[in-house]
Amino acid sequence: MYGIGILKGLGVTLKHFVETYVDDIRWIGRRYYNDEALAVRQGPKARGVFTVQYPEERLTLPEEFRYIPFLVYEEQEDGTRHDRCTSCGICAKVCPPQCIWIQRSNDPDTGRPIPQPTEFFIDIDICMNCGLCAEYCPFDAIKMDHDYEMASFDRFAEHILNKERLSKPVSYYASIRPQNYAREETARAAKEAAKQARRGG
Amino acid sequence: MSEQEQSTVAEPLEVHFPQAVTPDERKGYQGYVVATEALPEVATYARDELGYDYLSSVTGVDYLPEGKTEVVYHAYRTAGGPALVLKVQVPREDPVVPSLVGIYPSADFQEREAWDLLGIRFSGHPNLKRILMWEGFHGHPLRKDYQEVYFEAENKPFKNRWPEGKVYRVEEKAPLKKNVQYPPDFTAEGWVPEGDAALYAGMGQVVAAEGGNGRALNTDQIVVNLGPQHPSTHGVFRLVVTLEGETIVDLEPVMGYLHRNHEKIGERNTFLMNMPYTDRLDYICAMGNNFGYSLAVEKLMGITPPERAEYIRVMMAELTRIVNHLWAIGFLLNDLGAYFTPALYAIEERELVLDVFEAVSGSRMMCNYFRFGGVARDLPEGVLDVVRELVHERLPRKVDELDTYLTHNEIIRARCVGVGVLPPEDAIAYGMAGPVLRASGVPYDVRRADPYSIYDRLDFDVAVRYNGDVYDRYIIRLDEIRQSLRILEQVLRDIPEGEVQTGKPQYQVRVPAGEAYGRVENPKGELGFYVVSNGKPNPWRYHVRAPSFINLTAMGEMCKGQKVADVVAILGSIDIVLGEVDR
Repeated sequence: MYGIGILKGLGVTLKHFVETYVDDIRWIGRRYYNDEALAVRQGPKARGVFTVQYPEERLTLPEEFRYIPFLVYEEQEDGTRHDRCTSCGICAKVCPPQCIWIQRSNDPDTGRPIPQPTEFFIDIDICMNCGLCAEYCPFDAIKMDHDYEMASFDRFAEHILNKERLSKPVSYYASIRPQNYAREETARAAKEAAKQARRGG
Repeated sequence: MSEQEQSTVAEPLEVHFPQAVTPDERKGYQGYVVATEALPEVATYARDELGYDYLSSVTGVDYLPEGKTEVVYHAYRTAGGPALVLKVQVPREDPVVPSLVGIYPSADFQEREAWDLLGIRFSGHPNLKRILMWEGFHGHPLRKDYQEVYFEAENKPFKNRWPEGKVYRVEEKAPLKKNVQYPPDFTAEGWVPEGDAALYAGMGQVVAAEGGNGRALNTDQIVVNLGPQHPSTHGVFRLVVTLEGETIVDLEPVMGYLHRNHEKIGERNTFLMNMPYTDRLDYICAMGNNFGYSLAVEKLMGITPPERAEYIRVMMAELTRIVNHLWAIGFLLNDLGAYFTPALYAIEERELVLDVFEAVSGSRMMCNYFRFGGVARDLPEGVLDVVRELVHERLPRKVDELDTYLTHNEIIRARCVGVGVLPPEDAIAYGMAGPVLRASGVPYDVRRADPYSIYDRLDFDVAVRYNGDVYDRYIIRLDEIRQSLRILEQVLRDIPEGEVQTGKPQYQVRVPAGEAYGRVENPKGELGFYVVSNGKPNPWRYHVRAPSFINLTAMGEMCKGQKVADVVAILGSIDIVLGEVDR
């Protein structure tokens, strides 16, 4: 009979429609603004609509999520900052759109390069968030951020980030990428121990 | 490649044409160098006697130091097997090569592209005009001595980024006006868009030559522009259609609105830098693009990824295929006028797959996940469980749901069955690839015909349908999702533990001199990367054989005689992405 296919199709639409209500009833009053519900709603077992009430609620970001890079610094005991970056320039060389500028300076006494960048710029209009800089940095000094709310009113004044604006403490890095941080620290400790052992022997 | 020819009854090329054909003996190169004037004869012999009926890729290479231009042809048998690579070398100053459009119609757009970007003239081409650049453009941008707007340096990395990185914006340092080349006596005000005028005039002449429509009531034909703003929902793209009433007499796609000279950017980049750029070709299928490019460069480097990486790659490629086909089905329905409900149902599952991509690669669409000799990082904890849940529960349910929802819908059948029919011999001749080719009854799938990665070990069927209409192109996508799920089940069952990268990760890979053509069965068709290395950190030539672009070659053929309302349906069934068409 003509029209059966259409009716069947409408059945599917009806099912979807009903499912949204079933899901609402299941989570009565707790469907929104609730992390537990959000995790289920966004997971493979989700039923009903996928909508997230941004900005009141936000998707949980996976650890590997990457947005504009930032520079990691260690907080010294005396309160000063120590940049992990040694201005070796690998990130500037690997960057596909070439949006990283690094100024390195030489020690006036010895003439040898100082292993700290004098200035560090990233043009975030050009950055394509590929993450290659963070991936190939041998000192774990540049990492990809989780902060994606970067909109501003003035692109000329705001969109070239300098070292000051790029730098974030190790504790921040550890908070957004706990697993990577733990892995890197273990590797660093092992390396350090091996060095000590060699020195001792 | 030569073993392949010897297995056939016909004489191999170099025996049959002792004068005109010589094996290419440069180190790292393959195939044959053919004398320019003998090319049509050799191509006809290769097609008719040797069975290379499918011309996959035509491109040019500008060998500036040697002062010559080379045109490279990759032909395959639809029965399967490796490529026959033919090359023609002509002087760089005025390169003229006989056109192969008469023998392989699939060369049509590709020869136009080679003319546009490299300035190679194809004598005998019926419609040799620019295709990606605009008609008033001066110069051929892929030539090695061409410098584009905002030109900074020959190759990346640029010297001024480190150690004296004085930051500036490109606009300040390389102002637009100083760096643009105009033809002699060009004035912007007085310029008449020759290409457009020619395009319309050409279509008008069709009418004049035929002297009316031959019916008692003499009607006029009109030329209608569909686009350039979204003729359907696929992007900035234009179709120039000549109509007789509502019937299409002639149709020509006009593209290039998103052209960014991807290949020139690629030749300035180092090999690794290209990886994130490939994401931006067919932005629905970033993982598949990564796959093709990795294969090409790995061929040159002579490395293979470890077992676990191969499984991860196939898993990502197949998830991409599912995502793409869901998207294609959803948007085909959009094109048919079922505004957004089917599309949104179809892409619910896409969201879940993109969550997986985000967890492994850090980005939902611009994945940049593959590396030469492996993948960027191992799967994070819990990802395999999510994929299992998707593959065993959620996705099969969705395919069945779409099947119930759409397949027997009378309106869809009325709009799709028998519309835009492409017979198998035409599909092969026009170089159609992927679901469009297979819906025309040609069971050609690179995963089977010329297996790469671990596809030779996996058990799946090549989906094929026989009517070659819009309806079959829809239904074959459902078939392919089911086959992809089959592959994924095996991958999830067998995925081993172990390393995901061969050797130490390097930011500057060493690629020996030579050429390689890496191709994968991307969801939209055969995606090929032709890479030439001269041993330096940057590729000398980087060419993308884009399936969406070449699939449009037959668009005119499919539309002729159809109604104007069918155009969007046919376009939707080809499933193009403008990021890849325009490159």
